[in-house]
Amino acid sequence: MKLLTGNDLPTGDVVWWTGNGWSRHVEDAVDVGVSGESILQAEEGARRVNVPYLIEATQTDEGPRPAHIKDRIRALGPTMRPDLTLKPADPNAGSWVI
Amino acid sequence: MYKYDEYDQAIVDQRVDEFRDQVRRRLSGELTEDQFKPLRLMNGLYLQLHAYMLRVAVPYGTLDGRQMRKLGHIARKYDRGYGHFTTRQNIQFNWIQLDQTPDILQELATVEMHAIQTSGNCIRNISSDQFAGAAADEVADPRPWAELIRQWSTFHPEFTYLPRKFKICVIAADEDRAAMRLHDIGIGLHVRDGELGAKIFVGGGMGRTPMISHEIRDFVPADDLMSYLEACLRVYNRYGRRDNIYKARIKILLHEIGPDEYRRQVEEEFAAVKGLGLDPPRAELERITSHFGAPEFDANASTDIDRSDPDFAVWLDQNVKAHKQPGYAIVNISLKPIGGIPGDASADQIDVMADLGTRYSFDELRVTHAQNIVLPHVRIADLHAVWSALNEAGLAEANLDLISDIIACPGLDYCSLANARSIPLAQKIATRFGSLDRQRDLGELKLKISGCINACGHHHAGHIGILGVDKKGTENYQLSLGGSGAEDVSLAKITGPGFSEDGVVDAIERVTDRYLQVRDPGERFLDTYRRVGFETFKEAIYG
Repeated sequence: MKLLTGNDLPTGDVVWWTGNGWSRHVEDAVDVGVSGESILQAEEGARRVNVPYLIEATQTDEGPRPAHIKDRIRALGPTMRPDLTLKPADPNAGSWVI
Repeated sequence: MYKYDEYDQAIVDQRVDEFRDQVRRRLSGELTEDQFKPLRLMNGLYLQLHAYMLRVAVPYGTLDGRQMRKLGHIARKYDRGYGHFTTRQNIQFNWIQLDQTPDILQELATVEMHAIQTSGNCIRNISSDQFAGAAADEVADPRPWAELIRQWSTFHPEFTYLPRKFKICVIAADEDRAAMRLHDIGIGLHVRDGELGAKIFVGGGMGRTPMISHEIRDFVPADDLMSYLEACLRVYNRYGRRDNIYKARIKILLHEIGPDEYRRQVEEEFAAVKGLGLDPPRAELERITSHFGAPEFDANASTDIDRSDPDFAVWLDQNVKAHKQPGYAIVNISLKPIGGIPGDASADQIDVMADLGTRYSFDELRVTHAQNIVLPHVRIADLHAVWSALNEAGLAEANLDLISDIIACPGLDYCSLANARSIPLAQKIATRFGSLDRQRDLGELKLKISGCINACGHHHAGHIGILGVDKKGTENYQLSLGGSGAEDVSLAKITGPGFSEDGVVDAIERVTDRYLQVRDPGERFLDTYRRVGFETFKEAIYG
């Protein structure tokens, strides 16, 4: 599957395309399939999100899992500071990333 | 310490106003990211993996308690309660919001700080010796010269769009504590026939093509220094490779045309610019120098010290260095707790260090390129009180220059350029070698980790260096040995095939075990490596 991601313009937060908007949670991301490039162009034109780009991912029981470690770290947060991640209370969150 | 005059303050204030308007235009959609990116970078604002990152300049690593407290305030109010001190003697905040950045810069301006020229293809923050003004081996305080270069280079219209970023370092001691030879221009102040001048080195750097700088001139009279630097930059600006970002640094120019031809062109340019009045009048230099006068030391300060507390005694031996003034000492605060994040300090810790600097060190602190903090002028009689306060704040790790005093870049946990994580590896290594007895037995051992080939973690200059690479989507770590950023400068050599994260920790242990087997009495790791050679250690690593 393909996901569309970028950084929210005012906050810089990592965001994922949900089909009708942007979410901070990769679990909400949808497969953009062959439409990815056109959504990217439209969203970049709307200037809501910084440097959007398309990535490869796989569907898992926990939701979409980005193929590259860099995007998995983006999806959760720094691996050595669980308190700064999106799931500070989940002790297993880091294992999903690495 | 230097204090802004009305011109300094005005240009910083105006820059805040200018950037506030640029941010407004970006948020309104008036500017595209392509248009805005060079503007934000000129103000130190990057976009990293999770958020915007703001890099704040700490000129030549010197700041006072008020400025340090402001950094703590920014960490607390605008970030997530901490800051990261960098190998450029600066500080970075990792969780900044674009819409709040102008307010942050405005707050910084109230304490004579900014983020100007902490990014972009311009002359970056000038770096210097963290022991300046306190070291017994210096011929002069390098900071007035660093400040003069800061003023000369700030918004220099000719050097705002150089082929690539440009880093200058000024030292004035035999011991190089600032990796001077690994800068685009390194300036070594020295005295010849009673006159102060500068030895000029050009073309050093790390990154993907590490090089040690060439000596271009043995002695430039201090009065001519700015003209000479102007000539050095002009030749680079004219001939530096703008067609290829990977060949755009001045080190590549020197490599391609040779140091002799570069020197010839600089001398020709110097002859042309010398009479143009670029060097400041003596009165201006004296004005700047007057800000860096020695503190009012107590000539009768006691040199006695009670070493009965063993933990305090170990810290004294490891982290406290001799001061040129009897009765005083230089305190190094390690930001490398075992298992901690190299260079990070919480807002509360920043406040503690600020207060200690104000109370015990004539209101002065320094940031080191090794990502530690220095209190440069502490009475020996106050050392126990300082240590007690640091200990209470988790800042009394007695590991300066030991294997756990690791330089590490932010790596893939934060940085959009990185290929591998640096911080978790640093934590694992420090934990493996956590015993202080073991570390002290190993002695001085500088371990440096970069998460990509850009080498922000100075791995080329590590006695042991580690470079993180991406190997088919997984992290892999190359090990190198024998580097040094000190006066015995050298570049580390790659040992062979890379390792997994755990594998590289094991490999380092095989290196240190071999060192313990073959060292002669009194030898540092680097001394032994140079004596017995690379192959001995390679054999230990790979069998």
